[in-house]
Amino acid sequence: MMELVCPAGTPAALRAAVDAGAHTVYCGFADETNARNFPGLNFSREELAEGVAYAGARGAKVLVAINTFPRAGDQALWHRAVADARQAGAHAVILADLGLIAHAAETHPDLRLHLSVQAAAANPDAINFYAETFGIRRVVLPRVLSVEEITAINRQIDIETEVFVFGGLCVMAEGRCSLSSYATGLSPNMNGVCSPASHVAYSEVAGNNEARLGGFLIHRTPKGAPLPYPTLCKGCFTSPSGGGQAQTGHIFEDPVSLDATELIPKLQAAGVRALKIEGRQRSRAYVAQVVRAFRAAVEAAEVGEPMPAGLLSKLTEGQAATTGAYAKTWR
Amino acid sequence: MDLTIGPVAFFWSAEQVRDFYRMIAAAPVARVVIGEWVCSKRLPFWQHEIPGAAECLIAAGKEVALSTLTLVTLKRERRQTEDLFASGLPVEIADLTALRYLPQGQPFWVGPTVNVYNEGTLEWLARRGATRICLPPELPLASVETLARAGEAAGVAVEVWGHGRAPLAISGRCYHARLHDRAKDSCQFVCGEDPDGRPVETLDGRAFLTVNGVQTLGHAHMTAAGQIGDLDRAGVSALRLSPQIGDFGAIAGFYAGLLGGQAPGDAVAKLRDLLPGAEFARGFLDGTAGAEPCL
Repeated sequence: MMELVCPAGTPAALRAAVDAGAHTVYCGFADETNARNFPGLNFSREELAEGVAYAGARGAKVLVAINTFPRAGDQALWHRAVADARQAGAHAVILADLGLIAHAAETHPDLRLHLSVQAAAANPDAINFYAETFGIRRVVLPRVLSVEEITAINRQIDIETEVFVFGGLCVMAEGRCSLSSYATGLSPNMNGVCSPASHVAYSEVAGNNEARLGGFLIHRTPKGAPLPYPTLCKGCFTSPSGGGQAQTGHIFEDPVSLDATELIPKLQAAGVRALKIEGRQRSRAYVAQVVRAFRAAVEAAEVGEPMPAGLLSKLTEGQAATTGAYAKTWR
Repeated sequence: MDLTIGPVAFFWSAEQVRDFYRMIAAAPVARVVIGEWVCSKRLPFWQHEIPGAAECLIAAGKEVALSTLTLVTLKRERRQTEDLFASGLPVEIADLTALRYLPQGQPFWVGPTVNVYNEGTLEWLARRGATRICLPPELPLASVETLARAGEAAGVAVEVWGHGRAPLAISGRCYHARLHDRAKDSCQFVCGEDPDGRPVETLDGRAFLTVNGVQTLGHAHMTAAGQIGDLDRAGVSALRLSPQIGDFGAIAGFYAGLLGGQAPGDAVAKLRDLLPGAEFARGFLDGTAGAEPCL
């Protein structure tokens, strides 16, 4: 059966995910070493050890994401996170930074290393480079690849692949995007945040609701209509054109989330080892519901049954979903 | 400090490329990085200009390196990346993929789209043969200082983004094609219509970003003109200037003057004369939002 890798932003979410059928749970420490560095989220060292014990007693594994890029002069914080994750009994750490990976491989040769999506290894050469140089055991594939490309990659590499199937969707190559810091000064790579709430402002102007990020208008909707969170790359903008008509709309991506449920059998045939659900910032109830649905889906895929339909309609209600780059036409 | 001209980000005609490098051959810059940086589909239209441009620049006393793509995915792109190492010129890697093809012991440069955020990464790349690294534009001055020191110790020249629209993101999706209701595979090379990129504004009319095929850049021209003293004291060895349409030789000349000790005075006012209508940002060095305008 394909492995289901589920998010946990809190110890309660970790237990909920395990109880709902997660094979594996991933989480991070409560600091800037992980890419979901949100207030009130993430694990202390003690909580991680307890989480590992809880999961282990129920046959599940815990991965620790240490997937921001260490700040120059401050690498010790990241080095300590790797050592502490190992100490707590994590099954693996998920890393993105070349220097941190080199450090982990050298200092903890027995520690299993996964390559974070933030490392943006998008072809067999990059993946084989990490595998051969550092003994990386699994790569989380960037969301820029089609199913056909994933199939081809799996034929040319010897390590496991993990892909995102549900939740937030980056339209840019992850780990290589400074849009958020361009507008706010805070970025996923350096601060573990994208389009941070601290820089969001809502206002009502002439019968419209407006959402701004770092002062830049990202969404404007008529009063009464839903106003999406101002994630920069999902914003509504105008592009003037010298020769032609100005275009107004979601120039990068609509405010959609990823739902690749229907592609699970294809991803399985493509040789994908694990399916990942985004959402460490989500509630325990959300996590439980999504995990339960996806556990049913991977079990169905395992015996060649069709994907259960409408499992997640409640969660995506009012919000459009896409299969993203997995379908080549998305590009 | 001296000056490096980065690879052209935009889709220029062969003629534009030829004229540009002729102009740069006469400009006061120490080195030039040439190559298709953004989209491999553009390369057949201008790659025949590369040998001549390199020859002309080398004859003018410049160092020349060839750049890889920023995002390598296709088989064709992987082969092109591999071929660069056999060119006899130094290679600047814009994607870590290139390391798989790097011949043992061959020195290389690292471009600003590779994530070098800390000493650990810089030192690892140096051990592998990196001799020159242009840091990601996103870094604040404190990181630049630490990395320049680490570079000095490791024998790596450290460069900083000095001028131009900063590369902010790269995607599998082509936004130029999307703006024309096309997919990437049937783009019909529409990015060629916008040799300085296509502007993206907020709904209230504020210039914000620039779309360039699969790449997204800032709208404002980042300039380190006001921070040259800080960068010099930090041990930074070069400023990178990113090509654009217009009199780029004059822009290079302006920065060469600043490096030569010319008092910056109102540097931005002079830049405004060279690039009428452009907006300028101080960039990320202050640790603020990259779009923060120069006053």
